Amino acid sequence: MRIELVKRPEMSRKMMLLSPLIAVGLTVVAAAIVFALQGKNPLTGVYLFFLDPVTSLWGLEQLVTKATPLVLIALGLSFCYLSNNWNIGAEGQLTMGAIAGSILPVLAPDFDAFVVFPLVLIMAAAGGALYALIPAGLKVRFGTSEILTSLMLVYCSTLFLDWLVRGPWRSPTGYNFPITVDFNSAAVLNDYAIGGMYLNGSALAALIAVAVFAVLLRMTLKGFEIRVIGLSPRAGAFAGFSARRMTLFTFALSGALAGLAGMMVVMSEIEKLQPVISPGYGFTAIIVAFLGRLNPVGILIAGLVIAVSYLGGEAIQTSMQVSSKVATVLQGMLLFFVLACDTLILYRVRLVPGRSSGEAARA
Amino acid sequence: MLEAIILTVITAATPLLLAATGELVAERSGVLNLGVEGMMVMGAVAGFAGAITTGSPLFGILLGLVAGLATSLVFAFVTLTLVANQVASGLALTLFGLGLSGLIGESYVGQPGLKLPSLSIPGLTDLPFVGRILFGQDLLVYVSFALVAAVTWFLFRTRGGLVLRAVGDNHASAHALGYSVVKVRYLAVMFGGACAGLGGAYLSVAYTPLWVENMTAGRGWVALALVVFASWLPWRAAVGAYLFGAVTVLQFHAQALGIGVPSQFLAMLPYLATIVVLVAISGNRRTTRFNTPACLGVPFVPDR
Amino acid sequence: MNGDGARRHGGAGISGGGDRGMTDTTTIETTTRPAPPGPLLAARHIVKTFGDNVANDDVGLTLQPGEIHALLGENGAGKSTLVKILYGALQPDSGEIVWKGRPVTIESPAAARKLGIGMVFQHFSLFDALTVAENIALASPKGRSIAELSEAIERVSAEYGLPLKAGDRVADLPVGIRQRVEIVRCLLQSPDLIIMDEPTSVLTPQEADQLFVTLRRLASEGCAILYISHRLEEVRALCHKATIMRRGRMVGAADPAVESVASLARMMVGTEIAEVKRSAASRGNPRLALVGLDLPAADHFGVSLKAIDLEVCAGEIVAIAGIAGNGQGELFDAISGELRAGLDGAVVIDCTPVGYRGVNERRRLGAAFVPEERLGHGAVPGMPLSDNVVLTRHATKDGLVRHGLTKFARAAEIVTFITERFDVRKGVPDPEARALSGGNLQKFVVGREVDRVPSVLVVSQPTWGVDAGAAAVIRQSLIDLARAGSAVLVISQDLDEIFEVADRIAVISRGHLSPATPAAEMTRETIGLLMAGGAEKRGAA
Repeated sequence: MRIELVKRPEMSRKMMLLSPLIAVGLTVVAAAIVFALQGKNPLTGVYLFFLDPVTSLWGLEQLVTKATPLVLIALGLSFCYLSNNWNIGAEGQLTMGAIAGSILPVLAPDFDAFVVFPLVLIMAAAGGALYALIPAGLKVRFGTSEILTSLMLVYCSTLFLDWLVRGPWRSPTGYNFPITVDFNSAAVLNDYAIGGMYLNGSALAALIAVAVFAVLLRMTLKGFEIRVIGLSPRAGAFAGFSARRMTLFTFALSGALAGLAGMMVVMSEIEKLQPVISPGYGFTAIIVAFLGRLNPVGILIAGLVIAVSYLGGEAIQTSMQVSSKVATVLQGMLLFFVLACDTLILYRVRLVPGRSSGEAARA
Repeated sequence: MLEAIILTVITAATPLLLAATGELVAERSGVLNLGVEGMMVMGAVAGFAGAITTGSPLFGILLGLVAGLATSLVFAFVTLTLVANQVASGLALTLFGLGLSGLIGESYVGQPGLKLPSLSIPGLTDLPFVGRILFGQDLLVYVSFALVAAVTWFLFRTRGGLVLRAVGDNHASAHALGYSVVKVRYLAVMFGGACAGLGGAYLSVAYTPLWVENMTAGRGWVALALVVFASWLPWRAAVGAYLFGAVTVLQFHAQALGIGVPSQFLAMLPYLATIVVLVAISGNRRTTRFNTPACLGVPFVPDR
Repeated sequence: MNGDGARRHGGAGISGGGDRGMTDTTTIETTTRPAPPGPLLAARHIVKTFGDNVANDDVGLTLQPGEIHALLGENGAGKSTLVKILYGALQPDSGEIVWKGRPVTIESPAAARKLGIGMVFQHFSLFDALTVAENIALASPKGRSIAELSEAIERVSAEYGLPLKAGDRVADLPVGIRQRVEIVRCLLQSPDLIIMDEPTSVLTPQEADQLFVTLRRLASEGCAILYISHRLEEVRALCHKATIMRRGRMVGAADPAVESVASLARMMVGTEIAEVKRSAASRGNPRLALVGLDLPAADHFGVSLKAIDLEVCAGEIVAIAGIAGNGQGELFDAISGELRAGLDGAVVIDCTPVGYRGVNERRRLGAAFVPEERLGHGAVPGMPLSDNVVLTRHATKDGLVRHGLTKFARAAEIVTFITERFDVRKGVPDPEARALSGGNLQKFVVGREVDRVPSVLVVSQPTWGVDAGAAAVIRQSLIDLARAGSAVLVISQDLDEIFEVADRIAVISRGHLSPATPAAEMTRETIGLLMAGGAEKRGAA
């Protein structure tokens, strides 16, 4: 028995929509199995993990809060991946962006003019973009693997943040905890009551970004350029598109978005700097990007789905004493299922008996 | 003093060497497996759990090997049978491995582990200076060197190694001549997984006998860079692993050596060194094109 | 049967011509083994289906020992499927194969090799990073050391006039020598049948002649040769018999000595093909000029261009002949703008120096380009035809982009124009590029550029892998475009095509370009000599 792939003459539109759904379905089944293996009721587990978070207003509010940075970062990553630039360092760009954006609030804590707010955001975006331009520049100039360089820089950025909050930026009034001073009110994102939920401006920013990216990708020449370079680099050169400029552009863009997302998380939930500011948003955003099929609207939905898994993890921990780490495992499984199901878009899968026609007894 | 430094360099380099050698074989067959970090950390948690559950560090090591191998099978299935994108699948493997190991290891955090015993030959091990360095290492250190020799012999002196290199060079030609590209790659990936698992188990059973979440701390990624640095030659991977081992332990000996840089910056050194090395290697494009397996990362679907 | 071809006892008098390009047949004294009675190979009622595509429909083939048998047919006729079945790479759905009088199942290429069937692939199944000996070892039975094998390789290859050095890395070898490795790889197994797939597509005319000497010798020793080629002149010169396939079926057998090229072509295609009409050219002003174009190779594998001078005038077609790997790709990229020249004046379009300018600036000046590789370079395989129109025409005044937004409706209109004018068969209105057959996609890619009525059109391998009907349409459109006043430059490996369309011919060899000479004054021989560097003299005594 052997699995044989038969190439479809065209990409299957049906499968492009179905494959993420099948992947999610498989993950639900996997979750049920995991719960059963832990000796818990699988159906209750699945309900608590996937459905309960969306049944309360508070749950929805948390959903949006967690989904926002994921969506913002994943949008930037999608442009990178579409053009065959593998930015794995979003977590590092998020960190450095947050550090850059925090320069004003930390070093000038009494400066609370209105201009602080936009400045903080701009500096965060710039910080993230510049940090992302390091692996991009190395790839363009030397041809080094952007995967490895961007990833190494993640570790560097976390160490750098650690040094800052334990060293030069440690708050003198913080009882020697590794934290900075609290941000003043100008550098903080406030919540607004919307339909019973408390949300801040970052959610709106994410929605606007989705719309902008959707238009960019499908309707502009730039979006066309991104897609062509990713699909056929030589055809891209033939069309007069520069793959090098695209690398710099997409890395800078995704770095800026990651920095922005990180800064907004700091501004809304933490309101100072500390050694850990992100529960791995930069990495989870990678899963969101793929689950969303690198499509802006898909990413919006995928961000919400992954956010559900974060909440679900916490829910089963409190209610069923199952470790919340199950969420990370299921997220990883989900990515695998997405990749596996994506095969169905390009190929039909057949089970055939017997050996392959190309197999040979060694001569 | 120097002896102490060399001993720590050896133990720091060994997991890198094990993982890099395995990945080197996989890449020689044309498969780019970015999931080394995930496979290593699974080996680490399995090694720790196996050791303290059975009381035998050796069993832990073996369990680590099996864990790495099993994890690699998932990757192999998705990329070789289902022909999914190798880069994304490798990332998925890493994220999955980190998550799963965190889950499995949760109950083991804080527990004391068992250390793999070091060799002790009366007379030889007691020699000054060289005694402990050459004859006082634990099993896996010697295994790592034997592995380098064995892989070199296999790749360049046996028929199987020739076939593997051919598959990595031109899978279409290999297929046309009747070789099973998929089978060769499955075996290569599994070997890589087993080695990564061994490397990870070394961390939790020999290097520091405890379990901490994400204890590989990026070593899997460094191993990937080492394969490039080694130009896919095992002996060069050994050189690279030891250079990196030296850079890694610098942070621990800094105080004794009188280096006053903050510890976080010293901890950054291995990662920065990786970047520097990658730039240096890629900058020389002639040699990289020569040595890179031509089909690295290219999915293979037999066109009938 | 010993395993290294030594049974072919060549007698004295073998000249082993090598690269000397001699065409005189040498006397060969050989002792052929007594052949068993009956045909060597009889394949009967072979059927092979892939999904809904019946690649081989009740196909049969009979080969006698010592026979050079041509297998003719268009792309997609089913030749490569049949040949893969004979080589063990595919299993037929039904049918039988009788080898030396006994029915056999050829389960794998290794089994085929053991039976005595060898194959020389069109796109060489070699491993660049490995040595000649290692390459041959991979196709030989286990058990011999590389050292033994190397000795055998050097002995047998010299004996057959195709000398090789066993320790050379294949990546360093030129194309003609690589083919030798493929052939010697077969010879070491003492085959009774050698299948050759388009062997002369990478050889100069003189090298092809030398190959024929080797093949005739093998045939006289009792080895059968199954020869796939679309070069009908060659087939007529070399082959004893021909079998013709069309759309998966056997449509006829012929004696090439008796048939003409036209009648063979008609049997292959099934209908009359429109003849390409070429009126006399009237040359106007130069519209494309290359002036001392120098371009160092990008890396070890590339070819440097050296002091290239060429003018293509309005109203004419200039063709550049050459074997693959002599700098055609680099030349195309230099003219199109993907590679910038060292001097602005090295490339001139309608009197404007463009050496420093990129592709789209050159297009805005009226130039258009069709690269060799239609999938992956000329078009994006996974994108629909309308997107592929935008690919090369977004920067010229075609109304495809306004304020940064792409106008796909306009692109779809252009697709319709092109489809109608060039008879592109596509099934649905806007399919993905890779869904089209080779010929139809090539018509689209050429049509996309011709539709712009460019002042300069540069085309590389215009009809490679294209069926005869589409090839005729494409070549006619090139001629018509030129006669309407454009300058057309064609880079091609196909001498038949070149003689059909070109007004002047130049030859590229190792990065040098010979002066463009009127086609009437060029012969295959002179072109062949120029391909080989022009340094070779005919007929050393």
